[in-house]
Amino acid sequence: MSREWILKTLYILIFVFVTVISGVQFYNHRHYEVPMVAGPGVTKVVKLSDYNKSLKGTIADTNVFFLEGKEPGGKALLFANTHSNEPAAILTALIFIENAQVNKGTLIVIPQFNNSAGRNTKPGDGYPLYFEIPTPWGGKKFRMGNRNASPLDQWPDPDVYVHYPDRQLLSYLDVRNTNRTWPGRANGPLMEKVTFAAMQLIKQEKVDVAIDIHGAETMFPVTNCIVVPQKAMRIATMVSLKAKAMEGFENHVEPSPKGFRGLSHREIGDFSDALPFLLEAPIPFLDQPTGPKTVELLLQGKDPFLLSLSKQKKLFVPYDEAGWPMENRVGQHCSVILRIFKEFSKKASDRAIEVSQVPWYAEVVKNGVGFYYRNPDEAKKEKIYFN
Amino acid sequence: MPIVMILYYVISIFLAAMLLWNFVREKKNKEEMFLYLIVLIPLVLRIFRIR
Repeated sequence: MSREWILKTLYILIFVFVTVISGVQFYNHRHYEVPMVAGPGVTKVVKLSDYNKSLKGTIADTNVFFLEGKEPGGKALLFANTHSNEPAAILTALIFIENAQVNKGTLIVIPQFNNSAGRNTKPGDGYPLYFEIPTPWGGKKFRMGNRNASPLDQWPDPDVYVHYPDRQLLSYLDVRNTNRTWPGRANGPLMEKVTFAAMQLIKQEKVDVAIDIHGAETMFPVTNCIVVPQKAMRIATMVSLKAKAMEGFENHVEPSPKGFRGLSHREIGDFSDALPFLLEAPIPFLDQPTGPKTVELLLQGKDPFLLSLSKQKKLFVPYDEAGWPMENRVGQHCSVILRIFKEFSKKASDRAIEVSQVPWYAEVVKNGVGFYYRNPDEAKKEKIYFN
Repeated sequence: MPIVMILYYVISIFLAAMLLWNFVREKKNKEEMFLYLIVLIPLVLRIFRIR
């Protein structure tokens, strides 16, 4: 063998090694299924494709959990992981699925709204592929997802995303972002099909309240807040005031900008009778000037660079040595959601939504998030759903 | 799978083949040989629908 081919063989071996090692990890991540135990309040589980047939058989199809109360009332939709790199959302949704009891009305929960993004990752930013939440029965493993759907499922991206129906020009990446593709189209790009299905669900089920759970950087002004259009402003303001007065955490109200299209808090309000709320809790992991993007940073939110910036008053949230632990973020989401139901029920007593057995902020902070998760090994097989 | 997506897979296969062909043709420049293979990695992962 010539010297040239000895060298080429060595290079080919390195190429095969790197491709196989990374390929196996990416493949396993994309196909890892998170078990979710349907709690005592869950009455049925359907698929999002039941509201838009063109989603059927695609990876974007996802589970929709119904928790129907004994007494009639209003309907609330709770959806998480619109952005799958903001995992406090799915952790909150799972607490509702596995624990909530609905006394009045109906609660509909979609824990993994952008299922394709939940199977996508960001190796360029050094994202971990998984993270574990400690529970009394061991660690519960979740996939760490990405903000946008995987290009394996929707490709290529356009040069510019022309939003439907307003024709506003958005970033090319937003064609895979399910918080820019509302209200969607039945036969548009895959992510428009997802938001279209959700709009159909909202209309067909006559949803009164739609809550989209998110997380945002500490250096971004729209963080630690509730984003709402004018028609939901009154309820959001009362929720914010009461959360501060009674539970001691900040959660200010941000108005939904009329000229910025495609967002859930804008389009759900404009294209249906539902009141939309978008919840943001701080997630230091997403800030740019941090140390390595580790699981510890994701779960504890502690970072020396952010601490230094906080001392220079560069952050939009209070930040100290304690960081922003996951239980604080999930606890905030739980309390804000419960308060939205309470305030809405006061305003529309004939459409009341009464939910119990869901922990409030102080309880989640005290017990931890994993305390509220059920062990899939001990649950009946028919109660376990994978997402 | 939409037609435009199929076309992009065809383009990826074509590019991957060109890179491989250039790798085989390269006789002296060690750096370029190696770079052809590095550029090939994401294309292979996409063609096999892994990443």
